[in-house]
Amino acid sequence: MDEEELHKAQVSRFALFLAFSRISVTSFGGAIFWARRELVERQRWLTEREFVDVFTLGQLLPGPNVLNLTVIVGHRFAGWTGAAAGAAGFLGWPCLIIVGMGMLYQHYGALPQVQQALTGMSSVAAGLLFATVIKLVTVLPRGWRPWLFGVLAFVGVGVLRWPLLWVMGALAPWAVFAAWKDQE
Amino acid sequence: MDRLDLGGLFIHFLILWFLAIGGPSTILPDIHRYLVEVHHLLTNAQFAELYTLAQVAPGPNAMYVTLIGWHLAGWQGVAATTIPLLIPATTLTLLVGHLNERYPNARISRAIRRGLMPITIGLVLASSTILMRAVNHDWRGYLITLITVVVVLRKPWNPLWVFAGGALAGIVGLV
Repeated sequence: MDEEELHKAQVSRFALFLAFSRISVTSFGGAIFWARRELVERQRWLTEREFVDVFTLGQLLPGPNVLNLTVIVGHRFAGWTGAAAGAAGFLGWPCLIIVGMGMLYQHYGALPQVQQALTGMSSVAAGLLFATVIKLVTVLPRGWRPWLFGVLAFVGVGVLRWPLLWVMGALAPWAVFAAWKDQE
Repeated sequence: MDRLDLGGLFIHFLILWFLAIGGPSTILPDIHRYLVEVHHLLTNAQFAELYTLAQVAPGPNAMYVTLIGWHLAGWQGVAATTIPLLIPATTLTLLVGHLNERYPNARISRAIRRGLMPITIGLVLASSTILMRAVNHDWRGYLITLITVVVVLRKPWNPLWVFAGGALAGIVGLV
């Protein structure tokens, strides 16, 4: 434990910026794999167990999971400015790349061939989301209640097109309370 | 087409990011509702294309909001959609992190995760159907979507290859 504390104190803001930059620019389709490799295997800032704990917490909070993880890890090693350095590395580069893509889209997005390619890719994007749904359904807790919440969320937001705030406000407290009671 | 209200855009995204416990795909339906259906700032096809383009860029999936912001209003749009992303991550994460860092498997955490998972599934399904309705004009588009689902569930391939396949299918005129 003492050794870990010592280790933690030596991480500089610049090192945090670099590490999270690397995670960010190497991660296509989900940063979590690269985050574990960088933080646990390469830098050895976190143990496997600590990584799982921090990631679990990141999943529990709103926003991109790995950004939450970035902020927690940055803050743990170098305070507020460490969190800012990590977040700047993690979001800064993708932000620049995305803006570059936005410029290309504005110039060439209307070309027929680009349009055709983008339409095909969008059909793929829809399929990726659908595959995520199937993967999640297979690990859904047993019973009818989870299905009820899933269907209500889909119908409210996807079919009736109600604002997400209303639907989450109505369903989330009820769903969490029901899951809490189930554990008893 | 409404005039773009940057302050309103910022507030809307701020609320959405506080709700995005299941990840960035869960707020896609409401972004679509706000920008395409209520304010007519983007067409259905533009919305789908911007989301898709961001999926082939490196970095977190959430960056599609940055691309939408850029398309709507340049750097000001980027700020209006991307800064709200940081606010729950910094405030809530640090607040809860202080209390909870050593006990992330406590009973309340488990209840939140298990309770919200079905809602996340319903919202991601809504995202998927919104994209399908936006770009799949006939059976050929749905066929590409279906092939994607089968490939992704059965093969450990990088999704970028599947996107490349979709782009190719589009260029040779299959969709």
